[in-house]
Amino acid sequence: MERYIHAPLDADTISSLKAGDFVYITGTIYTARDAAHKRMSETLAENGRLPIKLENNIIYYLGPSPAREGRPIGSAGPTTSGRMDKYTPALLDLGLKGMIGKGRRSREVKDAVVRNGGVYFAAIGGAGALLSKAIKKSEVIAYEDLGTEAIRRLEVEDFPVIVVMDAEGNDLYEKTAGDVVRNGSDRD
Amino acid sequence: MRTIQTAEITKQIREMCIEANYFLSPDMKQAIEKAAETESTEIGKHILGKLCENMKIAGEDMIPVCQDTGMAVVFMEIGQDVHFEGDYLEDAVNEGVRQGYRDGYLRKSVVGDPLIRENTKDNTPAVVHYQIVPGEQVKITVAPKGFGSENMSRVFMLKPADGMEGVKQAVLSAVKEAGPNACPPMVVGVGVGGTFEKCAILAKQALTRPVQEFSEIPYVKDMEQELLRKINETGIGPGGLGGETTALAVHINTYPTHIAGLPVAVNICCHVNRHVVRVL
Ligand code: SF4
Repeated sequence: MERYIHAPLDADTISSLKAGDFVYITGTIYTARDAAHKRMSETLAENGRLPIKLENNIIYYLGPSPAREGRPIGSAGPTTSGRMDKYTPALLDLGLKGMIGKGRRSREVKDAVVRNGGVYFAAIGGAGALLSKAIKKSEVIAYEDLGTEAIRRLEVEDFPVIVVMDAEGNDLYEKTAGDVVRNGSDRD
Repeated sequence: MRTIQTAEITKQIREMCIEANYFLSPDMKQAIEKAAETESTEIGKHILGKLCENMKIAGEDMIPVCQDTGMAVVFMEIGQDVHFEGDYLEDAVNEGVRQGYRDGYLRKSVVGDPLIRENTKDNTPAVVHYQIVPGEQVKITVAPKGFGSENMSRVFMLKPADGMEGVKQAVLSAVKEAGPNACPPMVVGVGVGGTFEKCAILAKQALTRPVQEFSEIPYVKDMEQELLRKINETGIGPGGLGGETTALAVHINTYPTHIAGLPVAVNICCHVNRHVVRVL
Protein backbone atom coordinates (compact mmCIF):
# COMPACT_ATOMS: atom_id res chain seq x y z
CA MET A 1 0.00 0.00 0.00
CA GLU A 2 1.14 3.58 -0.68
CA ARG A 3 1.09 5.98 2.25
CA TYR A 4 1.93 9.67 2.59
CA ILE A 5 2.90 10.55 6.15
CA HIS A 6 4.32 13.42 8.17
CA ALA A 7 7.38 13.53 10.43
CA PRO A 8 7.67 13.79 13.44
CA LEU A 9 5.41 10.76 13.78
CA ASP A 10 2.29 10.20 15.87
CA ALA A 11 1.02 6.99 17.42
CA ASP A 12 -1.97 6.61 15.08
CA THR A 13 0.16 6.89 11.98
CA ILE A 14 2.69 4.40 13.28
CA SER A 15 0.11 1.80 14.22
CA SER A 16 -1.46 2.06 10.77
CA LEU A 17 1.82 1.27 8.96
CA LYS A 18 2.37 -2.33 7.90
CA ALA A 19 5.51 -4.14 6.78
CA GLY A 20 5.68 -3.87 2.99
CA ASP A 21 3.96 -0.47 2.72
CA PHE A 22 5.52 2.10 0.39
CA VAL A 23 5.72 5.30 2.43
CA TYR A 24 6.52 8.89 1.45
CA ILE A 25 7.68 11.05 4.35
CA THR A 26 7.34 14.83 4.48
CA GLY A 27 8.61 16.92 7.38
CA THR A 28 11.64 17.02 9.66
CA ILE A 29 14.00 14.09 10.27
CA TYR A 30 17.52 13.80 11.72
CA THR A 31 20.66 12.04 10.51
CA ALA A 32 23.03 10.06 12.70
CA ARG A 33 25.33 7.15 11.93
CA ASP A 34 28.13 5.25 13.68
CA ALA A 35 30.20 8.02 15.28
CA ALA A 36 27.16 10.13 16.26
CA HIS A 37 25.51 7.12 17.88
CA LYS A 38 28.65 6.33 19.83
CA ARG A 39 28.89 9.92 21.05
CA MET A 40 25.19 10.13 21.92
CA SER A 41 25.51 6.98 23.98
CA GLU A 42 28.58 8.39 25.77
CA THR A 43 26.91 11.71 26.60
CA LEU A 44 23.79 9.90 27.77
CA ALA A 45 25.90 7.91 30.19
CA GLU A 46 27.68 11.07 31.37
CA ASN A 47 24.87 13.55 31.88
CA GLY A 48 21.69 12.10 30.38
CA ARG A 49 21.44 14.87 27.77
CA LEU A 50 21.23 14.53 24.00
CA PRO A 51 21.74 17.18 21.29
CA ILE A 52 18.39 16.32 19.67
CA LYS A 53 14.92 15.71 20.98
CA LEU A 54 14.09 12.07 20.31
CA GLU A 55 10.35 12.04 21.09
CA ASN A 56 8.35 11.00 18.02
CA ASN A 57 11.30 11.62 15.74
CA ILE A 58 12.93 9.67 12.94
CA ILE A 59 16.67 9.07 12.65
CA TYR A 60 18.04 8.46 9.17
CA TYR A 61 21.29 6.45 9.10
CA LEU A 62 23.06 8.70 6.63
CA GLY A 63 26.48 10.16 5.99
CA PRO A 64 25.98 12.29 2.87
CA SER A 65 28.59 13.27 0.32
CA PRO A 66 29.43 17.03 0.29
CA ALA A 67 26.88 19.41 -1.23
CA ARG A 68 27.80 21.39 -4.33
CA GLU A 69 27.30 25.15 -4.12
CA GLY A 70 23.64 26.10 -4.03
CA ARG A 71 22.41 22.62 -3.20
CA PRO A 72 21.15 21.38 0.18
CA ILE A 73 23.07 18.11 0.22
CA GLY A 74 25.12 15.69 -1.87
CA SER A 75 24.34 12.02 -2.49
CA ALA A 76 22.19 10.81 0.40
CA GLY A 77 21.32 7.10 0.60
CA PRO A 78 21.09 4.87 3.68
CA THR A 79 23.93 3.09 5.44
CA THR A 80 23.72 -0.38 7.03
CA SER A 81 21.51 -0.20 10.13
CA GLY A 82 22.92 -3.23 11.94
CA ARG A 83 25.94 -1.26 13.10
CA MET A 84 23.65 0.99 15.15
CA ASP A 85 21.92 -1.98 16.86
CA LYS A 86 24.05 -1.71 19.96
CA TYR A 87 22.81 1.83 20.63
CA THR A 88 19.27 1.74 19.24
CA PRO A 89 17.18 0.11 22.03
CA ALA A 90 18.20 2.85 24.50
CA LEU A 91 17.17 5.55 22.01
CA LEU A 92 13.81 3.88 21.36
CA ASP A 93 13.21 3.67 25.10
CA LEU A 94 13.81 7.44 25.24
CA GLY A 95 11.11 8.18 22.68
CA LEU A 96 12.67 7.68 19.23
CA LYS A 97 9.94 6.29 16.97
CA GLY A 98 11.37 5.73 13.53
CA MET A 99 14.57 4.69 11.82
CA ILE A 100 15.54 4.74 8.16
CA GLY A 101 18.40 2.56 6.96
CA LYS A 102 19.03 -0.70 5.16
CA GLY A 103 19.60 -4.28 6.26
CA ARG A 104 18.72 -6.54 9.14
CA ARG A 105 18.30 -5.55 12.81
CA SER A 106 19.05 -7.49 15.99
CA ARG A 107 16.53 -9.24 18.22
CA GLU A 108 17.06 -6.48 20.81
CA VAL A 109 16.10 -3.77 18.31
CA LYS A 110 13.05 -5.69 17.20
CA ASP A 111 11.93 -6.11 20.83
CA ALA A 112 12.46 -2.39 21.47
CA VAL A 113 10.48 -1.46 18.34
CA VAL A 114 7.54 -3.55 19.53
CA ARG A 115 7.85 -2.42 23.16
CA ASN A 116 7.80 1.26 22.20
CA GLY A 117 5.52 1.20 19.18
CA GLY A 118 8.16 2.20 16.66
CA VAL A 119 8.82 1.53 13.00
CA TYR A 120 11.88 0.64 10.90
CA PHE A 121 11.99 1.77 7.28
CA ALA A 122 14.39 0.85 4.48
CA ALA A 123 15.42 3.33 1.81
CA ILE A 124 16.90 1.94 -1.40
CA GLY A 125 20.58 1.28 -0.77
CA GLY A 126 22.84 2.79 -3.39
CA ALA A 127 20.24 5.23 -4.71
CA GLY A 128 21.83 8.28 -3.07
CA ALA A 129 21.49 10.58 -6.08
CA LEU A 130 17.77 9.85 -6.43
CA LEU A 131 17.08 10.09 -2.69
CA SER A 132 18.88 13.43 -2.41
CA LYS A 133 16.16 14.95 -4.58
CA ALA A 134 13.63 14.53 -1.75
CA ILE A 135 15.81 16.48 0.69
CA LYS A 136 15.03 20.18 0.54
CA LYS A 137 17.11 21.51 3.43
CA SER A 138 19.98 20.23 5.51
CA GLU A 139 21.64 21.79 8.51
CA VAL A 140 24.34 20.45 10.80
CA ILE A 141 23.02 20.80 14.34
CA ALA A 142 25.52 18.84 16.43
CA TYR A 143 28.92 17.14 16.37
CA GLU A 144 30.16 19.22 13.45
CA ASP A 145 33.68 17.88 13.98
CA LEU A 146 32.47 14.47 12.81
CA GLY A 147 32.21 15.72 9.21
CA THR A 148 29.90 13.48 7.21
CA GLU A 149 28.96 11.75 10.48
CA ALA A 150 27.64 14.93 12.15
CA ILE A 151 23.98 15.13 13.20
CA ARG A 152 21.92 16.98 10.59
CA ARG A 153 18.35 18.20 10.59
CA LEU A 154 16.74 17.50 7.23
CA GLU A 155 13.56 18.88 5.71
CA VAL A 156 12.22 16.21 3.39
CA GLU A 157 9.39 16.10 0.88
CA ASP A 158 7.89 12.76 -0.12
CA PHE A 159 11.04 10.93 0.90
CA PRO A 160 10.48 7.34 -0.38
CA VAL A 161 10.92 4.41 2.04
CA ILE A 162 9.48 0.94 2.59
CA VAL A 163 8.27 -0.35 5.96
CA VAL A 164 10.51 -3.30 6.85
CA MET A 165 9.50 -3.75 10.48
CA ASP A 166 6.19 -2.48 11.81
CA ALA A 167 5.08 -1.81 15.38
CA GLU A 168 3.77 -5.36 15.72
CA GLY A 169 7.16 -6.78 14.82
CA ASN A 170 6.22 -8.03 11.33
CA ASP A 171 9.37 -8.12 9.28
CA LEU A 172 9.56 -7.91 5.52
CA TYR A 173 13.09 -9.32 5.29
CA GLU A 174 12.00 -12.49 7.05
CA LYS A 175 10.15 -13.50 3.93
CA THR A 176 12.97 -12.66 1.54
CA ALA A 177 16.39 -12.54 3.07
CA GLY A 178 15.93 -14.61 6.19
CA ASP A 179 15.23 -13.41 9.69
CA VAL A 180 16.46 -9.94 10.63
CA VAL A 181 18.10 -11.48 13.62
CA ARG A 182 20.25 -13.99 11.77
CA ASN A 183 23.72 -14.64 13.05
CA GLY A 184 26.14 -12.03 11.95
CA SER A 185 23.87 -9.02 11.95
CA ASP A 186 26.03 -7.59 14.69
CA ARG A 187 29.17 -8.00 12.63
CA ASP A 188 28.31 -5.58 9.88
CA MET B 1 62.92 2.17 -21.25
CA ARG B 2 60.12 4.67 -20.99
CA THR B 3 59.93 7.54 -18.53
CA ILE B 4 56.62 8.51 -16.96
CA GLN B 5 56.19 11.54 -14.71
CA THR B 6 54.43 10.65 -11.48
CA ALA B 7 52.54 13.96 -11.79
CA GLU B 8 50.77 12.30 -14.71
CA ILE B 9 49.72 9.44 -12.41
CA THR B 10 48.25 11.99 -9.97
CA LYS B 11 46.28 13.66 -12.74
CA GLN B 12 44.88 10.36 -14.04
CA ILE B 13 43.92 9.06 -10.58
CA ARG B 14 42.16 12.32 -9.75
CA GLU B 15 39.99 12.04 -12.86
CA MET B 16 39.37 8.33 -12.41
CA CYS B 17 38.10 8.74 -8.82
CA ILE B 18 35.57 11.29 -10.03
CA GLU B 19 34.53 9.32 -13.12
CA ALA B 20 34.05 6.10 -11.14
CA ASN B 21 31.71 7.74 -8.64
CA TYR B 22 29.45 9.56 -11.07
CA PHE B 23 29.23 7.14 -13.99
CA LEU B 24 28.93 3.40 -13.57
CA SER B 25 30.89 1.58 -16.27
CA PRO B 26 28.85 0.61 -19.38
CA ASP B 27 28.89 -3.09 -18.43
CA MET B 28 27.34 -2.39 -15.00
CA LYS B 29 24.83 0.04 -16.43
CA GLN B 30 23.68 -2.45 -19.06
CA ALA B 31 23.44 -5.27 -16.53
CA ILE B 32 21.20 -3.21 -14.24
CA GLU B 33 19.03 -2.01 -17.12
CA LYS B 34 18.65 -5.54 -18.45
CA ALA B 35 17.69 -6.82 -15.00
CA ALA B 36 15.06 -4.08 -14.72
CA GLU B 37 13.47 -5.52 -17.86
CA THR B 38 13.68 -9.21 -17.00
CA GLU B 39 12.85 -9.11 -13.27
CA SER B 40 9.35 -10.51 -12.85
CA THR B 41 8.37 -9.53 -9.30
CA GLU B 42 6.65 -6.20 -8.92
CA ILE B 43 8.74 -4.97 -6.01
CA GLY B 44 12.00 -6.10 -7.64
CA LYS B 45 11.14 -4.35 -10.87
CA HIS B 46 10.23 -1.21 -8.94
CA ILE B 47 13.57 -1.11 -7.11
CA LEU B 48 15.60 -1.83 -10.27
CA GLY B 49 13.71 0.92 -12.09
CA LYS B 50 14.70 3.31 -9.29
CA LEU B 51 18.33 2.25 -9.65
CA CYS B 52 18.19 3.12 -13.38
CA GLU B 53 16.68 6.48 -12.50
CA ASN B 54 19.41 6.95 -9.89
CA MET B 55 22.19 6.37 -12.46
CA LYS B 56 20.59 8.89 -14.81
CA ILE B 57 20.27 11.58 -12.12
CA ALA B 58 23.84 10.94 -10.99
CA GLY B 59 25.29 11.64 -14.44
CA GLU B 60 22.98 14.49 -15.40
CA ASP B 61 23.02 16.44 -12.14
CA MET B 62 26.51 15.42 -11.06
CA ILE B 63 25.55 13.75 -7.79
CA PRO B 64 27.58 10.65 -6.82
CA VAL B 65 25.69 7.43 -7.63
CA CYS B 66 26.02 6.47 -3.95
CA GLN B 67 26.93 8.61 -0.94
CA ASP B 68 29.48 6.00 0.12
CA THR B 69 32.08 6.95 -2.43
CA GLY B 70 34.30 4.28 -1.00
CA MET B 71 37.85 3.67 0.02
CA ALA B 72 39.97 3.99 -3.11
CA VAL B 73 41.41 0.65 -4.21
CA VAL B 74 44.02 1.07 -6.93
CA PHE B 75 45.62 -1.69 -9.01
CA MET B 76 48.84 -0.64 -10.74
CA GLU B 77 50.20 -2.98 -13.39
CA ILE B 78 53.59 -1.53 -14.16
CA GLY B 79 55.65 -2.57 -17.16
CA GLN B 80 59.15 -3.48 -16.06
CA ASP B 81 60.68 -1.15 -18.64
CA VAL B 82 58.99 1.89 -17.13
CA HIS B 83 60.97 4.43 -15.13
CA PHE B 84 59.09 6.89 -12.90
CA GLU B 85 60.30 10.45 -12.42
CA GLY B 86 59.00 12.88 -9.79
CA ASP B 87 57.46 12.23 -6.37
CA TYR B 88 57.44 8.79 -4.84
CA LEU B 89 54.82 6.80 -6.78
CA GLU B 90 52.51 5.99 -3.87
CA ASP B 91 52.52 9.63 -2.76
CA ALA B 92 51.47 10.55 -6.30
CA VAL B 93 48.63 8.03 -6.18
CA ASN B 94 47.42 9.39 -2.84
CA GLU B 95 47.66 12.95 -4.12
CA GLY B 96 45.39 11.94 -7.00
CA VAL B 97 42.89 10.47 -4.53
CA ARG B 98 43.08 13.61 -2.37
CA GLN B 99 42.40 15.91 -5.33
CA GLY B 100 39.70 13.69 -6.81
CA TYR B 101 37.75 13.40 -3.57
CA ARG B 102 38.07 17.14 -2.91
CA ASP B 103 37.29 18.43 -6.40
CA GLY B 104 34.65 15.78 -7.09
CA TYR B 105 32.61 16.51 -3.94
CA LEU B 106 33.13 12.91 -2.86
CA ARG B 107 32.69 11.71 0.69
CA LYS B 108 35.74 11.35 2.89
CA SER B 109 35.24 7.97 4.48
CA VAL B 110 38.71 6.98 5.69
CA VAL B 111 39.90 6.97 9.31
CA GLY B 112 43.65 7.19 9.90
CA ASP B 113 43.83 4.53 12.57
CA PRO B 114 41.41 1.60 12.68
CA LEU B 115 40.88 1.88 16.45
CA ILE B 116 41.41 5.58 17.22
CA ARG B 117 39.15 6.34 14.22
CA GLU B 118 39.87 9.94 13.33
CA ASN B 119 38.82 10.85 9.82
CA THR B 120 41.80 11.78 7.59
CA LYS B 121 39.46 14.29 5.89
CA ASP B 122 40.84 13.67 2.39
CA ASN B 123 39.98 10.00 1.87
CA THR B 124 43.64 8.98 1.86
CA PRO B 125 45.39 6.66 2.02
CA ALA B 126 44.29 4.47 -0.87
CA VAL B 127 44.83 0.71 -0.83
CA VAL B 128 47.33 0.15 -3.65
CA HIS B 129 48.22 -3.21 -5.23
CA TYR B 130 51.29 -3.29 -7.48
CA GLN B 131 52.17 -5.84 -10.07
CA ILE B 132 55.24 -5.77 -12.27
CA VAL B 133 54.43 -6.98 -15.78
CA PRO B 134 56.39 -7.17 -19.08
CA GLY B 135 56.48 -4.12 -21.34
CA GLU B 136 56.56 -0.37 -20.92
CA GLN B 137 52.97 0.52 -20.20
CA VAL B 138 51.20 1.28 -16.95
CA LYS B 139 47.65 -0.02 -16.50
CA ILE B 140 45.75 1.69 -13.69
CA THR B 141 42.45 0.42 -12.29
CA VAL B 142 40.63 2.60 -9.77
CA ALA B 143 37.89 0.76 -7.87
CA PRO B 144 36.36 2.79 -5.01
CA LYS B 145 34.86 0.23 -2.62
CA GLY B 146 31.81 0.80 -0.41
CA PHE B 147 31.78 -0.86 2.97
CA GLY B 148 28.15 -1.96 3.27
CA SER B 149 29.12 -4.80 0.98
CA GLU B 150 32.80 -4.98 1.97
CA ASN B 151 31.74 -5.79 5.55
CA MET B 152 29.85 -8.84 4.31
CA SER B 153 32.89 -10.34 2.55
CA ARG B 154 34.46 -13.51 3.91
CA VAL B 155 37.59 -15.68 3.73
CA PHE B 156 37.23 -19.47 4.18
CA MET B 157 40.23 -21.75 4.60
CA LEU B 158 38.66 -24.94 3.20
CA LYS B 159 40.20 -28.40 3.08
CA PRO B 160 41.18 -29.96 -0.27
CA ALA B 161 38.50 -32.61 0.33
CA ASP B 162 35.82 -29.90 0.38
CA GLY B 163 36.41 -29.48 -3.35
CA MET B 164 34.12 -27.70 -5.74
CA GLU B 165 31.05 -28.33 -3.61
CA GLY B 166 32.74 -26.69 -0.64
CA VAL B 167 33.59 -23.62 -2.70
CA LYS B 168 30.02 -23.29 -3.93
CA GLN B 169 28.64 -23.61 -0.42
CA ALA B 170 31.07 -20.99 0.87
CA VAL B 171 29.95 -18.52 -1.79
CA LEU B 172 26.26 -19.19 -1.18
CA SER B 173 26.59 -18.84 2.58
CA ALA B 174 28.40 -15.50 2.25
CA VAL B 175 25.75 -14.19 -0.15
CA LYS B 176 22.86 -15.30 2.07
CA GLU B 177 24.43 -13.75 5.11
CA ALA B 178 25.03 -10.51 3.18
CA GLY B 179 21.38 -10.34 2.09
CA PRO B 180 19.89 -6.85 2.26
CA ASN B 181 22.95 -5.35 3.97
CA ALA B 182 25.06 -5.43 0.80
CA CYS B 183 22.67 -3.42 -1.38
CA PRO B 184 21.68 -6.17 -3.80
CA PRO B 185 21.74 -6.80 -6.72
CA MET B 186 25.32 -7.71 -5.94
CA VAL B 187 28.39 -8.58 -7.94
CA VAL B 188 30.24 -11.45 -6.29
CA GLY B 189 34.02 -11.67 -6.65
CA VAL B 190 35.55 -15.00 -5.67
CA GLY B 191 39.21 -15.91 -5.27
CA VAL B 192 40.10 -19.60 -5.07
CA GLY B 193 43.62 -20.85 -4.32
CA GLY B 194 46.87 -19.14 -3.46
CA THR B 195 47.37 -18.28 0.19
CA PHE B 196 45.26 -16.49 2.81
CA GLU B 197 46.02 -13.03 1.38
CA LYS B 198 46.32 -14.05 -2.28
CA CYS B 199 42.77 -15.38 -2.50
CA ALA B 200 41.44 -12.10 -1.09
CA ILE B 201 43.29 -10.07 -3.72
CA LEU B 202 42.05 -12.45 -6.43
CA ALA B 203 38.49 -11.89 -5.23
CA LYS B 204 38.93 -8.12 -5.30
CA GLN B 205 40.40 -8.30 -8.81
CA ALA B 206 37.48 -10.47 -9.91
CA LEU B 207 35.15 -7.54 -9.14
CA THR B 208 36.93 -5.40 -11.72
CA ARG B 209 36.22 -7.84 -14.55
CA PRO B 210 33.44 -6.53 -16.85
CA VAL B 211 30.20 -8.09 -15.60
CA GLN B 212 28.91 -11.07 -17.45
CA GLU B 213 32.29 -11.77 -18.99
CA PHE B 214 32.94 -15.32 -17.88
CA SER B 215 36.15 -17.08 -16.93
CA GLU B 216 38.18 -18.54 -19.79
CA ILE B 217 38.57 -21.80 -17.88
CA PRO B 218 35.58 -23.98 -18.86
CA TYR B 219 34.93 -25.58 -15.46
CA VAL B 220 35.23 -22.19 -13.73
CA LYS B 221 32.79 -20.67 -16.19
CA ASP B 222 30.36 -23.50 -15.38
CA MET B 223 30.70 -22.74 -11.67
CA GLU B 224 30.12 -19.03 -12.27
CA GLN B 225 26.92 -19.74 -14.16
CA GLU B 226 25.66 -22.31 -11.69
CA LEU B 227 26.35 -20.03 -8.71
CA LEU B 228 24.66 -17.06 -10.36
CA ARG B 229 21.57 -19.19 -10.94
CA LYS B 230 21.56 -20.50 -7.37
CA ILE B 231 22.09 -17.03 -5.90
CA ASN B 232 19.18 -15.72 -7.91
CA GLU B 233 17.03 -18.58 -6.63
CA THR B 234 17.52 -17.45 -3.01
CA GLY B 235 14.77 -14.86 -3.43
CA ILE B 236 16.73 -12.10 -1.66
CA GLY B 237 16.12 -9.81 -4.64
CA PRO B 238 16.81 -6.11 -5.28
CA GLY B 239 17.22 -4.23 -2.01
CA GLY B 240 16.76 -7.54 -0.19
CA LEU B 241 13.01 -7.01 -0.54
CA GLY B 242 12.37 -10.08 -2.65
CA GLY B 243 12.82 -11.01 -6.31
CA GLU B 244 14.98 -12.91 -8.74
CA THR B 245 17.76 -10.41 -9.26
CA THR B 246 19.99 -10.97 -6.24
CA ALA B 247 23.27 -10.91 -8.17
CA LEU B 248 24.24 -9.55 -11.56
CA ALA B 249 27.37 -11.66 -11.90
CA VAL B 250 29.69 -14.10 -10.17
CA HIS B 251 33.35 -13.81 -11.14
CA ILE B 252 35.82 -16.45 -9.99
CA ASN B 253 39.58 -16.08 -10.29
CA THR B 254 41.83 -19.05 -9.48
CA TYR B 255 45.52 -19.50 -8.64
CA PRO B 256 47.74 -22.49 -7.78
CA THR B 257 47.74 -23.42 -4.12
CA HIS B 258 49.41 -25.70 -1.53
CA ILE B 259 48.80 -29.46 -1.35
CA ALA B 260 47.21 -28.98 2.09
CA GLY B 261 44.81 -26.15 1.39
CA LEU B 262 41.90 -24.64 -0.49
CA PRO B 263 41.61 -20.92 0.41
CA VAL B 264 38.43 -19.22 -0.79
CA ALA B 265 37.66 -15.51 -0.54
CA VAL B 266 34.25 -14.04 -1.32
CA ASN B 267 34.35 -10.29 -1.91
CA ILE B 268 30.82 -8.98 -2.08
CA CYS B 269 30.11 -5.82 -4.03
CA CYS B 270 26.86 -3.96 -4.38
CA HIS B 271 25.27 -2.78 -7.62
CA VAL B 272 27.50 0.31 -7.31
CA ASN B 273 30.45 -1.77 -8.52
CA ARG B 274 32.86 0.93 -9.60
CA HIS B 275 35.89 0.34 -11.76
CA VAL B 276 37.67 2.62 -14.19
CA VAL B 277 40.67 1.42 -16.20
CA ARG B 278 43.24 3.50 -18.05
CA VAL B 279 46.43 2.51 -19.80
CA LEU B 280 49.34 4.94 -20.01
S1 SF4 C 1 27.02 -1.14 -0.19
FE1 SF4 C 1 27.39 -0.07 -2.14
S2 SF4 C 1 25.43 0.77 -2.81
FE2 SF4 C 1 25.26 0.20 -0.64
S3 SF4 C 1 25.70 2.09 0.46
FE3 SF4 C 1 27.63 0.97 0.32
S4 SF4 C 1 28.61 1.69 -1.60
FE4 SF4 C 1 26.48 2.35 -1.63
